This record gives sequence, structure tokens and C-alpha cells, in this order.
Amino acid sequence: MAVDINMRVLIVDDYKTMLRIVRNLLKQLGFMNVDEATDGSMALQLLRNGTYGLVISDWNMEPMTGLQLLKEVRADPKLKATPFIMVTAESKSENVIAAKQAGVSNYIVKPFNAETLKGKMVSVLGEF
Amino acid sequence: MPAATIDRDLERRLTELKERQGDTVALGQVGLVVSALLDSLRGDLTAADLRVYQELEGLVSYIHAARAEIAQLRPQDIQTEFIPSATDELDAIVDATESATNSILDAVEMVESLAAKAPEELAQQLTDCTTRIYEACNFQDITGQRITKVVKALKHIEDKIEALVTALSGEAAIAKAAAKAPRAEKAVDITNEADLLNGPQLPDKASNQAEIDALFSNSD
Repeated sequence: MAVDINMRVLIVDDYKTMLRIVRNLLKQLGFMNVDEATDGSMALQLLRNGTYGLVISDWNMEPMTGLQLLKEVRADPKLKATPFIMVTAESKSENVIAAKQAGVSNYIVKPFNAETLKGKMVSVLGEF
Repeated sequence: MPAATIDRDLERRLTELKERQGDTVALGQVGLVVSALLDSLRGDLTAADLRVYQELEGLVSYIHAARAEIAQLRPQDIQTEFIPSATDELDAIVDATESATNSILDAVEMVESLAAKAPEELAQQLTDCTTRIYEACNFQDITGQRITKVVKALKHIEDKIEALVTALSGEAAIAKAAAKAPRAEKAVDITNEADLLNGPQLPDKASNQAEIDALFSNSD
């Protein structure tokens, strides 16, 4: 099934410039419906009040981290199937394993390029 | 006082001091114990007593000299002036890079909107260029996180200096120092998220995307 590029995408990062960069990269890929949150708790609120086809989240944020957000999403019957890509500077193997155990759909290490972002989105959502 | 008695008395006094204050004892207090012991030396001294006496006297002089040298370093200045100043400078770097990155992004977004009005081939070239600029702007996040790590390290140094200043001023810094005793390297517990939040690794230690991908697909 073709990916609906009109889906809502939620990007989560405590650095406003990163939100802006990811938003613009998504726009270049054709995804125009993008919402932003600056930490996990704000993201969770948006997720519970809307319908999102993809979450792209940083890990290291306060008060709720990306990993905590991921666990909340996977524990919520309405949200648990939402594709979730972690985009983080945390590049240790323990981090990747912990994220995978928590149910992350894919993992991107910062700094990343547009090709990597697109590649991971394709692997999670399918071709677009 | 015979040497054996001096040894026992010194040991007893040091043990008392250790029981009261733990492993961290102010230099001045060690000096006081040794000085009191020297004062207690009375009567005929044997050659062994004299040797012990000289060694203790040397120890007192050494402690006094060490205190004077550390005081000359003015550790309070490090705590009250240099570290806060360094932290402010680092915060200013974060602010400046964020501001510069936003200016770059403003300009790039304008180029993108102009590209939409350009002929197709030129528009594609401009879009490719803007993509590369967006990618390069990743630096602001990474440098910000690195600087946060440095600020935390400075805070740790500040705490150590505070303990040193307290010890030098003759006050008991025992509880604080004991709580901050050197930590052994511990294994990472992936069920404890605090162990996982380390920020960016240095380039020679960080995993690249290919390594992350390999790990990701092999960690089932």
C-alpha cells in the first residue's frame, strides 16, 4: 500500500533548530503536515489528541525523554502501532538495544543526512 | 616517651580522628595531632625516639607548607570566578550558535521559496544545495549537547574545589567528601535510563550509522 504523504508526522526535539531542520527535510520529501513537540510529555499529549502516521523523536530531553515517550506509546492501545523513529546523538550499543527492546521502529544517529532520514522512513513506512 | 608508646599514641589519636571524620580529614587537624604528640615527648630520648621526633617534625612542616601552597592557589577564585565565567562563556557559545543557525535557516528557507519559482532544473539544484545546508546545521544540536557535557564536568570540578576550600578552612567536609568519593567504573545497566543518557560520543568513539544499522538488525 502506498504511503500517504499527507499523513501527520510528529517531530520531537528540545532543540528548536533541530525541529526546524527536520521539518524542512520532511517538507522536501513531500510531508507537509508536521507538528512539533519539545519533550516527551508534550508529544504524548499531541499523540493522544490527534492521529499521527509517524513519530520522529530525539532521546535526550526533559522532563520526559524519547525512550519514556516510546514506552508510553507502545503501552497505549490506541497508539502502540504508531511507527516511531529515534533520532539521537546517543550512539552506544546499549542505547540501540534498549530502544529496540522498547519497540522502536528504527534508529538514526546524529548528525544525520537527508538520505539516511529518507531511507529509515522508507524502511518503516514503505516506499513513497 | 619510648618509640613504641609514641606509635601507639599516634595510632590511637589518628584512629579517633578517623572514627570522628571518616577518611577525609582536614590537613590542619592532622598537623594538630602530630604537634600535640611532639609536645608530649618528655624526658630522656633514645636515638629511635629522636628519629621518630624528627620524622614527625618533618611531617608537620610538610603539612604547613602544603596548606600554604594550596592557599596561594586561591581555590576560592576558581570556585567563585573562573568556573562561573567559563560556564557563562559556554552558555554564550550555545546562544550564539543557535542564533547563527536560525539566521542560516531563515536564509535557506527564503532560497527554497525562490527555488519554487525557478525553472525545474535550477530549482532542483537549489533544493539539493539547501538540503546540504540543512544537514550541515545538525552541528548546532551536537555542539550544544557537547557543551552541556563540559558544563556538567565543570560543575563536578566546582564541587571538588568547594570540598577542598572547606577542608582548608578547618571545617568538617567529611560528609560531603565521603558522598563524593571516587566512583569505580560501573557496568551500564540498560534498564536504568540514567546510564544511557551520555550525549554525543567523540568522533573516534561514536558509532556511525552503518554500525548502528548492523547493531539494530542483529539485536533481536
